[in-house]
Amino acid sequence: MLEGLLIGLHTAFSIKNLLMVIGGCLIGTFIGMLPGLGPMSIIAIMIPVAISMGDASAALILLAGVYYGAIFGGSTSSILLNAPGVAGTVASSFDGYPMAKKGKAGKALTVAAIASFCGGTIGALLLMIFAPMLSSVALLFHSSEYFALMVVGLSAIAAFAGTGQVTKALMMTVLGLILATVGEGALFNMPRFTMGLMDLQSGFGFITLAMAMFALPEALFLVLKPNRASTDDGGEIKDLRITAKEAKSIAPVIGRQSLQGFFIGVLPGAGATIASFLGYAVERNIATKSEQDEFGKGSVKGLAAPETANNAACTGSFVPLLTLGIPGSGTTAILLGALIALNVSPGPRLMIDNPQVFWAVIVSMYIGNFILLILNLPLIPYIAKVLLIPRNYLIPFILFFTLMGAYIGQNNATELLLLVGFGICATALKFADYPLAPLLIGFILGGMLEDNFSRSMQLYDGVAFVWERPMTLGLLVLAVILVILPSYRARRARARAAGVADGD
Amino acid sequence: MALDRWIALVLLGICLIYGYTAWFTMDGSLAPFMRRNPIWPSTFPKVLSVLGIVASMIILLGFEKAEPKTPDIDYRKLGEYKLGQAIGLLVLMVAYALCLRPLGFLFSTAAFLVLGSFILGERKWHIMIPVAVTATMIVWYLVQQVLGIFLRPLPSMFGV
Repeated sequence: MLEGLLIGLHTAFSIKNLLMVIGGCLIGTFIGMLPGLGPMSIIAIMIPVAISMGDASAALILLAGVYYGAIFGGSTSSILLNAPGVAGTVASSFDGYPMAKKGKAGKALTVAAIASFCGGTIGALLLMIFAPMLSSVALLFHSSEYFALMVVGLSAIAAFAGTGQVTKALMMTVLGLILATVGEGALFNMPRFTMGLMDLQSGFGFITLAMAMFALPEALFLVLKPNRASTDDGGEIKDLRITAKEAKSIAPVIGRQSLQGFFIGVLPGAGATIASFLGYAVERNIATKSEQDEFGKGSVKGLAAPETANNAACTGSFVPLLTLGIPGSGTTAILLGALIALNVSPGPRLMIDNPQVFWAVIVSMYIGNFILLILNLPLIPYIAKVLLIPRNYLIPFILFFTLMGAYIGQNNATELLLLVGFGICATALKFADYPLAPLLIGFILGGMLEDNFSRSMQLYDGVAFVWERPMTLGLLVLAVILVILPSYRARRARARAAGVADGD
Repeated sequence: MALDRWIALVLLGICLIYGYTAWFTMDGSLAPFMRRNPIWPSTFPKVLSVLGIVASMIILLGFEKAEPKTPDIDYRKLGEYKLGQAIGLLVLMVAYALCLRPLGFLFSTAAFLVLGSFILGERKWHIMIPVAVTATMIVWYLVQQVLGIFLRPLPSMFGV
């Protein structure tokens, strides 16, 4: 591990990569602060830039920096304006905004920054310990296990979608997989489902789809409902210091939430949003009675808990991506797409084939967190000025960057029409409360899923691999249980609510 | 019927067409030697079409109950939102896609940015035009010179 760490330090501490981290964090904070633009949109917009750099470590470092910056920027707008830019920071506004209203905006930002820093750093430490362990296990996997593992990942994403959402999330995953089969596959030299159109020969571009799923609907929602974000100012930002007493009270919270957040982040489909809400709820439940009354009215603990948890979860979500090559969230799915475009295939062999990429990312996590603390915090009063840009100027620019991202990726004007078409479909799906992240994850995993499935079919001359390999069978059974369990539990809860006694 | 079930109906239609192609028409063009393979190009799509049909039927028939929640934007009251502006911007994006090659990047982009703010209700031309032109120039410079990706700057009749 030490050797790897040295490689990482060597790569990450080059001038170019340091600039990438700093630039990524600043850009992320800047855009993440705008209400309505989440980390997924920002990363999708940044991908063409990252890909055209051609250096995988630098690109991943840049994108990871943008990711942290966006989460940090999202919490800033939650605290200052009660307008979370990101779902993962909604819980931060419960206590952050009341603090800002009491005139303690500076203190709230400092608590948020310290909590994020600790969450991110402890998360990176855990990642460094667990990722090599997991990837040495993953090296034993054959293509049939990979296939099964991806099925587990996809069904877990559907299973964690929430009550009443499981089938919708499943439908979106299948739709993503269906979209992935369009075009020429790697294993068969035969165009499929192209409807005779030359432009579809190479399939849909993943940047186009990412933009259409996230950036475009979000921008359209901003247009449709301009006053979605309440704009009463949370007060002037001053006095960034916190007292020793406050530091002492948040220390255990940070410790607990870093661990909890990290492990929630590792689970596919869970991620920062669930981690932050759960972190908030857990900390409120174990707080003393007098502290419990403070929650929701500007408690320091209530702010530190979700902030620590969401940053730790962001780091945790890198574990399945880097060790198994399976993204657990929309954001990591976009990162996976970028890595594949750069000719790096994440997975257990990443640490052997491209150790510099793996370790540079981990080292850059430390640097990124450090930069957010020392560079962004003092700059926040100035960066917050971005919130003053009138939306009449902002929205055309957001739309332009989505178009540009799709165009640069493919250099093809048809891609822009596809973008608008998919964007309209995605907005309709969003109206009807269909989750969009599973679609993109399905789309990105689709190719790999089919390749591994086909390879195992060829090796075992049929579907015999399902029962001849116990691990595959076990994983597939797990996938089925994951999908069925939520609806079974919901049914039982309904039965209980209706006064019917259940079996146990 | 609520919007999510209408969408499920559309998705069911898509899955049926997809499934029909996968099950009945696709294998016709398969080379004879490939028929001996345990896996055909249509195998995976066949599985997907079945899964898709099952999932869309479950949504369509309302087997899974969800608690009603207040969405961010209620589509039933779409008319109360700024629908005109949203449609205007979408049309503008399509126009941009069609004009990007023939009219060149510089003109199309500047026009897109100015018209975009115009649709949103901005009328301060003395700010809109300089902002749009400057931003276009900066983006063109960054993409063309720094990233090295070719963008045709001028209308196609000028050569380049």
